[in-house]
Amino acid sequence: MSPAILFLLALGLALAGWLAARARAWSFRTAEPGVRMAARPTYHAWYVALWIALPMLLFGVLWTILAPNLVNQAVLASPEAASLPAFGFQRDTILSEARNVASGASSAVFNPKAQALVEPFREAMTRYAWIGIAVSLVLAFLGGAWSFLKLKPDFRARTRVERIVMAILLLASLIAVLTTIGIVVSLVFETIRFFGMVNPLDFLFGLHWGPDPMSSAENPDSSRYGAVPLFWGTIFIGAIIAMIVAIPLGLMSAIYLTQYAAPSMRRWVKPALEILAGVPTVVYGYFAALTIAPSIRDIALFFGASNPSSESALAAGLVMGVMIIPFVSSMADDSIAAVPSAMRDGSLAMGATKSETIRKVLVPAALPGIVAGVMLAVSRAIGETMIVVMAASTAANLSANPLEAMTTVTVQIVAMLTGEGSFDHPATLSAFALGFVLFLVTLALNFIALRVVKRFREAYD
Amino acid sequence: MTVIHDNLEATEAKMRARDVNVYYGDKQAIDSVSIDIPQKYVTAFIGPSGCGKSTFLRSLNRMNDTIASARVEGTIELDGEDIYKSGMDVVQLRARVGMVFQKPNPFPKSIYDNIAYGPKIHGFAEDKDDLDAIVERSLVRAGLWNEVKDRLADSGTALSGGQQQRLCIARAIAVDPEVILMDEPCSALDPIATAKIEELIDDLAGRYAIVIVTHSMQQAARVSQRTAFFHLGKVVEYGRTSDIFTNPLEERTKDYITGRYG
Ligand SMILES: Nc1ncnc2c1ncn2[C@@H]1O[C@H](COP(=O)(O)OP(=O)(O)O)[C@@H](O)[C@H]1O
Ligand SMILES: [Mg+2]
Repeated sequence: MSPAILFLLALGLALAGWLAARARAWSFRTAEPGVRMAARPTYHAWYVALWIALPMLLFGVLWTILAPNLVNQAVLASPEAASLPAFGFQRDTILSEARNVASGASSAVFNPKAQALVEPFREAMTRYAWIGIAVSLVLAFLGGAWSFLKLKPDFRARTRVERIVMAILLLASLIAVLTTIGIVVSLVFETIRFFGMVNPLDFLFGLHWGPDPMSSAENPDSSRYGAVPLFWGTIFIGAIIAMIVAIPLGLMSAIYLTQYAAPSMRRWVKPALEILAGVPTVVYGYFAALTIAPSIRDIALFFGASNPSSESALAAGLVMGVMIIPFVSSMADDSIAAVPSAMRDGSLAMGATKSETIRKVLVPAALPGIVAGVMLAVSRAIGETMIVVMAASTAANLSANPLEAMTTVTVQIVAMLTGEGSFDHPATLSAFALGFVLFLVTLALNFIALRVVKRFREAYD
Repeated sequence: MTVIHDNLEATEAKMRARDVNVYYGDKQAIDSVSIDIPQKYVTAFIGPSGCGKSTFLRSLNRMNDTIASARVEGTIELDGEDIYKSGMDVVQLRARVGMVFQKPNPFPKSIYDNIAYGPKIHGFAEDKDDLDAIVERSLVRAGLWNEVKDRLADSGTALSGGQQQRLCIARAIAVDPEVILMDEPCSALDPIATAKIEELIDDLAGRYAIVIVTHSMQQAARVSQRTAFFHLGKVVEYGRTSDIFTNPLEERTKDYITGRYG
């Protein structure tokens, strides 16, 4: 049963219910002209329509998740499945081949063993599709009938609809939260597998990063999984070099825009800055790799550096800093503009100059917003991959010299996942561990920032 | 145009406004106002809303400069020096002519830092002890010391409205001004807090030239010695407060103080 058909079916039935309920509600009016309805007929209509559509859709979502499993089980229980290899890779391939042919995704099987299973698959799929449609129709009918029978002149359809709407909104917000939790859980799962193969201490404190996906997965060399150079690279590029560029420039541009720029100027510059945030990061990557990195090398040569690398942390960090200026400036701009003008007037009336007022009154009062902007920028910089790949290389290097090639956590995650290794190899699994630790680090950063802001904020209301 | 009572005793004029016009863009808000602000007196500005009291008050310390569309013509002198002359140090002027606003606007800083702000930026204090002394003296003068001396590190915004307004007055006093301008300082306060502020104004009166804009006739009568009645951007009548309230010479003044309009 395809989701689209179910969806259309739900819409159609809901529409029918809607019209029927409205007609019924109208009939109350015509039957007893004097009676006071507790809700307008449209609300009765929506009430019934929602009761038809929602159970169907919820069931549909559930069924699309459950049905494939049920189909699989049915097929495995069939006599044709008896000849399958017991476990592992081959068995999975045969099953998925047969499934693909049965569902029409591919036209023929490679493995002759799969051919025998095509028919059972097709049968099971059709059967469960029909079951799905039947159950959803029954649900729609039950929901519709139950709600339709409740319609009365004094039925408070309006408050009921309100409650259903609230439930839908709640569900929507839960989905984001649940997804996040789901992501974390899946990360944790793979991370635990990884730590079963590689000593966590070696991972967290080791100074050498060089997993070899070709080595044997049975006995990995823990000393090659030291993540410190990666985290150092991430922090050095994303949180140090980039922030040295982005914080002052972003803050100063926000101050200029809110305090000095003429309104006509502000109207131009602010959107222009925000467009910067929308430039794809590959474009910045080109810029970093083709323009900035070579000039940095030339400058380094000029100052007598011997053999500077053409890829450098500095190039990536600088360009990343420019990329996140809009994050800092836009949040800082909003929060400075939100400081009541009474604060500014109070300071000016004391004989403070404009820049004293900005430094000592406006910026402190706007600090929470400014810090939030910086945090956003840091998370963005830490998660950035493209610029680093293009300008700072993929070589893990533990160094404080910004002219050297370095790499970051996200770059290595991509490198490990797109490699040749299987998902049972620690080199591949290390991507999950890296992601998990990165997640924890950003979480901690945000948490600390929140606490700091709460502690030092100068609330002006 | 302005009727000035002729029974005024001779006083030293701290500020002197002559033919002052203020415009917001094309709109004229103040129309050739010429009055003196006497030394060591409290001068009240009264008049219906929108007649330009705040506008005129703000032109006395050039706070109108912060409004892009505002333009001031004429001369306003402080101790005989034109404050609108070119090359005038506005920052210095505002330290000499302090201001208290309608709505209390303490900075979102500690009580101590609120008071210390002005002395710090003007470099009044040699060291921490100096600064402590200034903070204490200002709070004492503003009648707030006893209420806050144990909680100087608390935020100024955590005080009650009346306390906040006295904090703002203390903050203005801390930079040792010569003139204090108050724009309806009690309009956001309850009667008890208002009474405290009025008492405070009385205490401060001998030391500074004070100008207070007020909507309350009783308040003007209680705290001021001179009153200027504003109407439609002009000063209609100026004289001793007692005379303005008991014996106004102008019909419009009489109408306003008897509550016939405004
Ligand atoms: N920032 C401003 N921009 C334009 N017009 C203003 C501004 N402030 C005040 N005005 C106008 O100037 C006139 C005088 O206002 P104001 O001085 O605030 O009066 P008052 O304090 O006596 O109530 C009013 O007509 C008001 O609308
Ligand atoms: Mg006013």
